[in-house]
Amino acid sequence: MKQSSAALKIRENLMRAVFFTAALASIVAVALICVFLFSQGLPAIFNVGVSEFLGGTRWAPLNSSDPGFGILAFILGSIYVTAGAIILGVPIGIFSALFMARMCPKGLYRFIKPALNLMAGVPSVIYGFFGMVVIVPAIFEAFGKQFDMMSGNTMLAASIILGIMILPTVITIAETNLRAVPQELYEGAVALGASHERAVFKVVLPSARSGVMAAVVLGVGRAIGETMAVQMVAGNQPALRLPWEFLKGIRTMTTNIVIEMGYVEYGSLHNGALIATGVVLFVFILIINTLFSILNRDKQEKRSLLSLRAKRGNPDTKLTKEQ
Amino acid sequence: MKFVLSEVNLWYNDFQALQNVSMDIKANEVTAFIGPSGCGKSTLIKSLNRMNDLIEGCKITGFIQLDGEDVYGSMDVNLLRKRVGMVFQKPNPFPMSVYDNIAFGPRTHGIKNKRELDEIVEKSLHDAAIWDEVKDRLKKSALGLSGGQQQRLCIARALSVSPDVLLMDEPTSALDPISTGKIEDLVMELKKNYTVIIVTHNMQQATRISDKTAFFLLGEVIEFGDTDQIFSMPRDKRCEDYITGRFG
Ligand SMILES: Nc1ncnc2c1ncn2[C@@H]1O[C@H](COP(=O)(O)OP(=O)(O)OP(=O)(O)O)[C@@H](O)[C@H]1O
Ligand SMILES: [Mg+2]
Repeated sequence: MKQSSAALKIRENLMRAVFFTAALASIVAVALICVFLFSQGLPAIFNVGVSEFLGGTRWAPLNSSDPGFGILAFILGSIYVTAGAIILGVPIGIFSALFMARMCPKGLYRFIKPALNLMAGVPSVIYGFFGMVVIVPAIFEAFGKQFDMMSGNTMLAASIILGIMILPTVITIAETNLRAVPQELYEGAVALGASHERAVFKVVLPSARSGVMAAVVLGVGRAIGETMAVQMVAGNQPALRLPWEFLKGIRTMTTNIVIEMGYVEYGSLHNGALIATGVVLFVFILIINTLFSILNRDKQEKRSLLSLRAKRGNPDTKLTKEQ
Repeated sequence: MKFVLSEVNLWYNDFQALQNVSMDIKANEVTAFIGPSGCGKSTLIKSLNRMNDLIEGCKITGFIQLDGEDVYGSMDVNLLRKRVGMVFQKPNPFPMSVYDNIAFGPRTHGIKNKRELDEIVEKSLHDAAIWDEVKDRLKKSALGLSGGQQQRLCIARALSVSPDVLLMDEPTSALDPISTGKIEDLVMELKKNYTVIIVTHNMQQATRISDKTAFFLLGEVIEFGDTDQIFSMPRDKRCEDYITGRFG
């Protein structure tokens, strides 16, 4: 008896060690990435100068007499295409989520939901291909002559592709949050004589506000980090653009890294500057994730408040608990 | 007569929840529905403003007339719900400001004028006896109110579209005795202008505030009449047992 309990104890400890190691592995991985990024990137930033690096408009890493390491054009590029993706993708995403959560007949839902999951799993190179073959020519067709364009590889093309790519993220998170809105709120609106649509738009949607915001924020994270699809349709000119120049090519932080990583000289300042671009990207993602968790925390607090009230409010549940 | 019900039967899929319910509900009276859990009180009250339409598999036969009009006929269901307001068991204020909670109903029915809305909001909150408690925080979230205040807010919200009838499904079961007292006083006040139908598990409450009482059992109305008579000398044995607490 005693023997076996000791053996049990050992096994238990062993299992705990296995779980602990597994959990540790991911933390170590993130930590190592951070160490790598910052140890290689920060020196380059300080070497170039923080304001020159972030605010500089001249990117000429191969000019040996007067090299330039300003990444402002790429930062703006990332912001532009992300903003474009949000402008195009978020309204569609929110309407789709509303439809799926509150209006869609069950039969149709059984098709839409798997289609959406599939969409989330499609590799980005395929989105890129779709952009090259369909979107880019279409843009050229539509605006090419009028604006004297060389090709349809533009900020607009990247925004459209990203707008499509963020849909599964935005829709899934928004739908989950819309479904979580208590049915009583919907009924309260309908009982006042509101139509189904009005109850959904004016009560259910605002009630899921923070959750829908969280969906948008996660969409931003997805868009800003995308590389392959953007590279395939954005034109990649390392030029400083203004927001309304969306019919011109653009280069983002991610695409600049991937384009130049191939031929950069290891250990050079150029190499460091690319890694430093990764640092900037990392900081962006950090901010986005923090925003996301703040929005999510809001929602959880609200929900626990609601359920608390529900528990207090329902004498039946109390009774069964006491028995 | 405000409501005339005749031979109302209701099914949730195969389960019959109401059987041959017939009754007349008078205007400017308080009618209480009592009976053990699961006997169909909520089901009947929700039939009166067609909230049962939201439930899949719910089927209803018989007649329900409001002011002589067939509720399940050609009547616009949204206008029906404007005329027949509802207060739920659990307070369900919208997660928006106190003002917007009350203004939602009138806005739904096309009132946009700011001054008009202000007036409706103030009057509704007055009528629900909560104006003094919230007048300084109209722009603040309604979720910050206490449970009793939230419920009175919901009553004000129901009054905001100037209904004729107020349906209340156990409106005080989630509240403390003081809030309950306030709402009972309010109901007595409201019956001057509205017809009130209230579901309650609290016998004292029924005797305190209602003019008529209907006793339900297993989907049937066993006894319906003056509250005084039902509580002093019920005709049906089962009703007597329930009222005196000997039931089950
Ligand atoms: N949506 C539904 N689907 C199927 N059956 C239902 C549904 N709603 C209620 N019922 C059933 O109909 C019967 C009457 O329910 P109802 O809610 O009207 O009872 P009640 O008298 O209001 O009870 P309580 O006092 O507990 O609120 C119950 O047996 C219940 O299980
Ligand atoms: Mg009920």
